[in-house]
Amino acid sequence: MSMVEAIRSPVEVAEWLSLGKILFLVIHFLGLTLLIYILTRRMTPLLRGERDPRFDRPWLRLATVLQFWLAQWKHPRYRGAGLLHILIFAGFMILAVRSLALLIFGLSGHAGFPGEAGHLYDLLTDWSASVVLVCMIVAAVRRIVFHPARYAVPARYGKGHPGDAIFLLGLIATLMLCDIAFAASNAAVLVQQGKAVEALAVGSLPWMLNQALIVVPLPVLLNTRVGICIFHELTFYFLLCYRPFGIQFHVITSLFNVYFAKLDRGTVKPVRWGAANLNELKSFGVKKFEDFTWKQMLDFYTCADCGRCSDNCPADAAGRPLSPRFISIKARDYSFQHYPVFGRARAEDARLIGGIYSEDEIWSCTTCGACEEECPLMIEYIDKMVDLRRGMIDEGNVPQSMQKPLKALASRGNPYGKMEKKKADWIDNKEFREGCKVRILDARQSAETLYFVDSITAYEDRIQAIGRATARILDHTGEDFGILGAAEKDSGHDVRRFGEETLFHALRGHNVTAIKASGVKRIVTADPHAYNALKNDYKDVPPVEHMSQWMARQVKAGNIKFNRLEDAGAVYTYHDPCYLGRHNQVYDDPRDVLDAIPGLKRVEMSRCRDRSFCCGGGGLMLFYEPREDQRMGVLRVRMAAAAGANVIVTACPFCMVNIEDAIKVAGMEATMTAIDLTELVDKQIVRRIRTEVREAPRAGTGNV
Amino acid sequence: MEILVCVKRVPDTSENEIELNRAGNDIEREDLVYSVNEWDNYAMEEAIRIVEKNGGNVTVATVGGEDDEEVLRRALAMGANRSVLISDAAFAGSDGAGIARLLKAFVEKNHFDLILTGAQAEDGAAQVGGMLAALLDYPFAALVDSIELLDGAKLKVSREIEGGNKELNEIDLPCVLSIETGINEPRYVGMRSIQMVAAVEIPILGAAELGIDAASAGKAAAKVHRTDYFMPAASKGAEILNGGRAEVIDRMIELVRAKGGLK
Repeated sequence: MSMVEAIRSPVEVAEWLSLGKILFLVIHFLGLTLLIYILTRRMTPLLRGERDPRFDRPWLRLATVLQFWLAQWKHPRYRGAGLLHILIFAGFMILAVRSLALLIFGLSGHAGFPGEAGHLYDLLTDWSASVVLVCMIVAAVRRIVFHPARYAVPARYGKGHPGDAIFLLGLIATLMLCDIAFAASNAAVLVQQGKAVEALAVGSLPWMLNQALIVVPLPVLLNTRVGICIFHELTFYFLLCYRPFGIQFHVITSLFNVYFAKLDRGTVKPVRWGAANLNELKSFGVKKFEDFTWKQMLDFYTCADCGRCSDNCPADAAGRPLSPRFISIKARDYSFQHYPVFGRARAEDARLIGGIYSEDEIWSCTTCGACEEECPLMIEYIDKMVDLRRGMIDEGNVPQSMQKPLKALASRGNPYGKMEKKKADWIDNKEFREGCKVRILDARQSAETLYFVDSITAYEDRIQAIGRATARILDHTGEDFGILGAAEKDSGHDVRRFGEETLFHALRGHNVTAIKASGVKRIVTADPHAYNALKNDYKDVPPVEHMSQWMARQVKAGNIKFNRLEDAGAVYTYHDPCYLGRHNQVYDDPRDVLDAIPGLKRVEMSRCRDRSFCCGGGGLMLFYEPREDQRMGVLRVRMAAAAGANVIVTACPFCMVNIEDAIKVAGMEATMTAIDLTELVDKQIVRRIRTEVREAPRAGTGNV
Repeated sequence: MEILVCVKRVPDTSENEIELNRAGNDIEREDLVYSVNEWDNYAMEEAIRIVEKNGGNVTVATVGGEDDEEVLRRALAMGANRSVLISDAAFAGSDGAGIARLLKAFVEKNHFDLILTGAQAEDGAAQVGGMLAALLDYPFAALVDSIELLDGAKLKVSREIEGGNKELNEIDLPCVLSIETGINEPRYVGMRSIQMVAAVEIPILGAAELGIDAASAGKAAAKVHRTDYFMPAASKGAEILNGGRAEVIDRMIELVRAKGGLK
């Protein structure tokens, strides 16, 4: 600083400025070199990770970047914090462009963007720094005074570092102050030198500061300006090089993470990308850190620890030992520890399960997708869960309660171990048979439409009613349909999501052959898990629709008409099944069907549509015995009650099992009931009187 | 440590509806699915764990036919080093003692420090383990629910005895133990691990390979013969309680107390 104080004359100022220029160049050079070094070191584990082809569909990826990165699409889901983030992000973008411009113009001797547009841009930057500074203060106050619950770190996941966030906010605030001070002092210098000066944005912080600086003597101003500039550059590079060491890394990685985000909803990644023959793989799934793909590792780097995922995670809410946020943070810390920026990389053959993750943690996930839906940075969790489960399955590490259903799926094709020949027993109901004939399809007996029933509907007593309702509705509209009967095995949807890929392949292979042999042109199912499997996990099968979609079409076409609902006290609410809603974006069809029923009063739960709260999970999750404080279903049923509903409409057999159980567990039998959408439609549908009917419809049978 | 585990393939009781056949001399075998006898699965897991910890080999053997190979393959997938099928047309219809004699012949052709069997088979009589020990003149402990290696020549085993109490024994090697479920949590054996050992040759040992007189096993040698197979007549056992929840609970407590279940 002594040199700065020594500068007195204009000549000295000129000397200092040229010296300053060199100093700037040195700072830039050192800063950038350090940054490149750090980023290269951070790339090390990614280069050792598994492959993950994410370079396809560039236009779609670009659109994703524009929507989710540039337009910050998911941020307003948390209104306060989201708005704050949007302002900071916008400010950063504007200032980043200015910094780049200053660097280029500074070196070339120009003073900024030319013309009117340039002036407008300068006004915007004056405001940007001010707004970001204010946001930093608000954010700091929010963290220090209000302690939002989602930032808290439960003891079982380690220690929180609340200071880190404040330090980061401080750094950014310092940078903004430098920016403001530079703009103000620069304008003051220009005014005193009698040069043309563009007006600062009236009311902005640089403008206010400028009012104060205008009277300061020129030499002092000049020194101040240079000092601020150097301090700004130092802070800037410190911040940049500090980014790859924590949650602030997302500022650098987010653009890439969003660009390379998963584009195909409802799917599960293959065991290994590019592996044509799974039998040749020595190992399945993720067992050690390096088994993750580079994109999965990029996810870990990108996590901003904001807690939105866990805030929406039903497993976390039910007190299961899973919080998606810490799936990322624990892996990121592991990566930082084993692949340090300074020092040697220490790859070790350590198991993640039993190390940073526990078995229960990984089995606790219902793959509902709430975490992924919420994450503003498009971090993926389900594929990681599935990969970690694949690793556990490969090592035989499977809870005892799930071994029997898995074995039964292998030998009998359903998790209950029921005999194949009893798969069509649900149609052997005298009352049902009189009104509705269901054909069993095979190579000789074909139909237009296949009703894919799946295990739970075929075998579970309570759920068989959903099957019969579905068949009656199809029959009512004159659909030419049939079922596969004993030839249908479990869709394997959740077999795959529980990591038993080989078994899934066997089930899928069997079903694809049976479906093709039946010669059908379309498939419908009332089970969202089967729907998702047929739509996203199977290939080469006819197009598939969920019953809610099919019914919505029939209602619109006038093929289904409803009787007025005569229950003044009933208030309905629709519970979005995860694999119909979030994973397949079917939100409106079931609601349209409900709203077509005259006299039906419907309310929405606060958590609905893409924020729906999982009932407890389907498929093999029914057999898993989780450690939890309470059932997800009980939480869900209480949400329905809080919304003022007394009937929960679902569109998924697993939801029905979980919600009906939950109603009993919560002791709410008197005030709450559950009904499947198909059952409600079946109950309210205006039955056509068929001319060929042999006997008159009997009251109370519900059949024609 | 060289360990032999004797296993049996049985109809899976959780995946079949067991019915008598029309002749009434067996269960209906058509459309049955099989798996390894549950107790044997625990025995295999225990053997594999001992070897994983202390080194050695696990050999798995079964007496049966071609179909029984599937449980041997599963054993290999689980982690057994070797499996053998003891099979010969002459062995058909063996009783428990016959099976034990066949296993004894196999043991004598090899060297094993420890022989494990399941405590019983789902369709069996819990007799082979004890008989095998007697034939070999090895010490025997039944219903073992934990094993600890003391030194090269001894084991400490615990057994659950009536009333949930535990008994600890030291037993000299070589010995035969019959294993109780719950001794461990058997690992999952997935389809993939079975596919991985699909090509492994499983040796078939007949009377000639075992060097045993065919007349010492099989139907002719059997001294126990099954004479009938029947479903016991359903007794008047269950009582369904009707009424409101509170009412039913009160009545149930009353009944349980009357039978001495509650004090």
